[in-house]
Amino acid sequence: MKIVFVGHVDHGKSTLIGRILEGTGSLPEGKIEALRASCDAQGRRFEYAFVLDALAEEQQQNVTIDTTQIHFRTPSRHYVIIDAPGHEEFLKNMITGAASADAAVVVIAADEGAREQSRRHGQLLSLLGIRQIIVAVNKMDLVNYAESAFEQIEREYGAFLRGLGLTARAFTPISSSTGANVIRNEAAMRWYRGPALLQAIDEFQPTQSAEAQPLRFPIQDVYRIENRRILVGRIESGTLRVGDQLLFSPHHKTARVATIERWPASSVESASSGESVGITLRDQIFIERGHIASHEAEAPVESNRVHAKVFWIGAEPLRTGARYRLKLVTQNVECEVVALSNVVDVATLDHAATERTELRINEVGEVTLQTRGPLVLDNHDRIPTMGRFVLTDGSNLVGGGIISGAVYTSSKTVKSENIFWSESEITAERRALRNQHRGAVVWLTGLSGAGKSTIARGLEKELFQLSMHTYVLDGDNLRHGLNANLGFAPEDRAENIRRVSEVAKLMADAGTVVITSFISPYRVARARARAIALQAGAEFVEIFVDAPLSVCEQRDPKGLYRKARSGKLQGFTGIDAPYEAPDDPEIIVRTHEQTPAESVYQILTELLPRLRLGTT
Amino acid sequence: MNGEQTHLDALENHSIFILREANHAFRNMAMPWSMGKDSNVLLWLSLKAFLGKVPFPLLHIDTTYEFPEMLEFREWAMKHYGITVIVKVNTEARERGIGYETHDPVTVTYELKTIALKQAIAEHQWDALITGIRRDEDPTRAKERYFSPRDSDSEWHYKHQPPQFWGQFAMKNAPGEHVRVQPLLDWTEVDVWRYIEREKIPIPPLYFAQNGKRYRSLGCRPITHPIESNAATIAEIIAELEKTRSSERAGRAQDHYEPHAMQKLRAKGFM
Repeated sequence: MKIVFVGHVDHGKSTLIGRILEGTGSLPEGKIEALRASCDAQGRRFEYAFVLDALAEEQQQNVTIDTTQIHFRTPSRHYVIIDAPGHEEFLKNMITGAASADAAVVVIAADEGAREQSRRHGQLLSLLGIRQIIVAVNKMDLVNYAESAFEQIEREYGAFLRGLGLTARAFTPISSSTGANVIRNEAAMRWYRGPALLQAIDEFQPTQSAEAQPLRFPIQDVYRIENRRILVGRIESGTLRVGDQLLFSPHHKTARVATIERWPASSVESASSGESVGITLRDQIFIERGHIASHEAEAPVESNRVHAKVFWIGAEPLRTGARYRLKLVTQNVECEVVALSNVVDVATLDHAATERTELRINEVGEVTLQTRGPLVLDNHDRIPTMGRFVLTDGSNLVGGGIISGAVYTSSKTVKSENIFWSESEITAERRALRNQHRGAVVWLTGLSGAGKSTIARGLEKELFQLSMHTYVLDGDNLRHGLNANLGFAPEDRAENIRRVSEVAKLMADAGTVVITSFISPYRVARARARAIALQAGAEFVEIFVDAPLSVCEQRDPKGLYRKARSGKLQGFTGIDAPYEAPDDPEIIVRTHEQTPAESVYQILTELLPRLRLGTT
Repeated sequence: MNGEQTHLDALENHSIFILREANHAFRNMAMPWSMGKDSNVLLWLSLKAFLGKVPFPLLHIDTTYEFPEMLEFREWAMKHYGITVIVKVNTEARERGIGYETHDPVTVTYELKTIALKQAIAEHQWDALITGIRRDEDPTRAKERYFSPRDSDSEWHYKHQPPQFWGQFAMKNAPGEHVRVQPLLDWTEVDVWRYIEREKIPIPPLYFAQNGKRYRSLGCRPITHPIESNAATIAEIIAELEKTRSSERAGRAQDHYEPHAMQKLRAKGFM
């Protein structure tokens, strides 16, 4: 297990590590004696911190080391301590060192309390998604082992961590210089009933709990060996068994595992997280690097819109509107920065005072990215390795991000075993080339009376005049035929939207720019519509047609609000059923502030570049 | 599964992951292969990663000062594993009379290994080399990364290394540059031996004690010295290593010829 030790300078990190190395018998024989003798000879008092210095010096010789790794062992486990010093380019160095850590120990001196670096390092742990943290309140001997000093730090730093979404597993009062509570509890602090630091460390959970998570098997490559196609990759989480039905995202194809391959040949029935494996499938489907295999019941999210906390280590700032490559496990897609907020300087923890359009080196911000084509992901708190990515600019790795807020949707699976997806020889690219534009789903959402239908018709007319293939799917029209058997109960409404999503996908795949005009009040249903469109490789653009409820009610084009108010109509969105406004639509048009023509024009300006050829 | 096996499994899985990433990223790769223990672990891991068929050639830099046992092993392994081995000799330097008989070990190693490697890279236009170096071998190797760019003169700029985390590596290189791929970086000497023992990986006989001596690390014959040892099996070698505190490369003369010799050799393109 890898543990990163962090803390403010002079809070006793090195002394603590020296103590742990000695207390666990991890030092070469005679090391301490030799150091004591050398201190005596120089007339210096021996300190445990010298142990670490001596080790670092041996490792270091004439080379500056950016991260040091030190091994120690307790009766229960083997540990690697990562010590990542360095002030210059501190974020880059700390991240390279600490990103592989499973857990962290934050050292805070009892006499000084949390200082700038204590907070900065807390921020770093939050960024890297390191969730297992122990706070060692050190130098308790300097405050006469007073419980009140310990409690104050526990309270204050605990609140700081909570502000970052972190919870410390334990706060442990220790003294590295006397050794109290480092290896075992000692009499000095009888008021403390928790475990000694080393015991608390032994209680860290190994990251192997990834095995209990849903299966994620990102395909790294496909090898052809003696006419067999072998899909290779590292299982990021969960377990895969021979005979399992796998779902391959983003194209949503399914196939069963025929064999798990090994060299030298041996028969293996299952493989779990962390294993680099190769498998063959019973059914021949086209799979390539970047596809992610999972079990259908616990599928990942597919989206082209990503919300993440991003930290920046590139010399050139991240800018809104700029494009980067996003790499998430074996996926590699182009993305564009569409929004940036909550910028914080990690070095100073200062919040940017004004709204910013760029994120500079050593800063962190909340970023929305739009990818070209679908991205398969998980929220970081669900499956860490599928919820983090790096950004590259040319050959430089310039930033990293932690994903949150992605919406999981249950995907309908094919009921019959005897259904296969047939691949057309006419690809979406060939259709797009003939049409001179790409197919897309333009999804309008908003309250009844917000102006969706008017805008849909206006948009359709404009696109048609630009010689584009376009068609409006309208709620009422579909309920005359395809959805004639559906009412307005919640499950019927959900099925209504699912069918619309599927029809829109097929039409977009056929090359059409499909405009859908539905209230579609639920976030999950819209997220699923997006995932379905992305499965076919179609663009999906969510447009929030926004107008206040009062304005919509006043317009009341179909007289429905009046009916709902008088109780003649039940479950009407905005009155007695909720409307979940989009958090982050591609486009927002405010119909109470602009004419329908203005709204259509606004949409066209943002939409047309996405439909152009050669942008995939 | 006991603790040690889990540790070896984790190392194996990660090395295979790196080999597969490299094979995907680079079009024209080669694997320097000295027939030593680390080289053979690397070959074994490659066979596992690519399911029995190594998709790139191996490169043997033949200094002409090789142990005959090593050359025998080379011929055996080529047939046994069905691998392609390119043998490279810096004939130009040998014709100039460079040799251990007349020159110091740093000069000879530089000419017959480093220059020979550069010549091979230039001839074959490789964009990546898979090497078997480990962090624990030598202090200068502690700073290494899994994917480490080298400039067109094979030089290593260790102060300006790209960040690497979350299994993502910036891997593009400019024309003429190549990347060193280092799948064994996290392994220790004992890990290597335990893995050889577990997997029953064939290695040359020189590692095992004969008449109270064995080789712990193998290089050119004139400058490689055996250590006092009675370890005649892998288990005995592991037991011996767990007791010893002297360095693995203590018997390799070129490392100790002058202060920081290894760092100087490495900055110039030595592995």
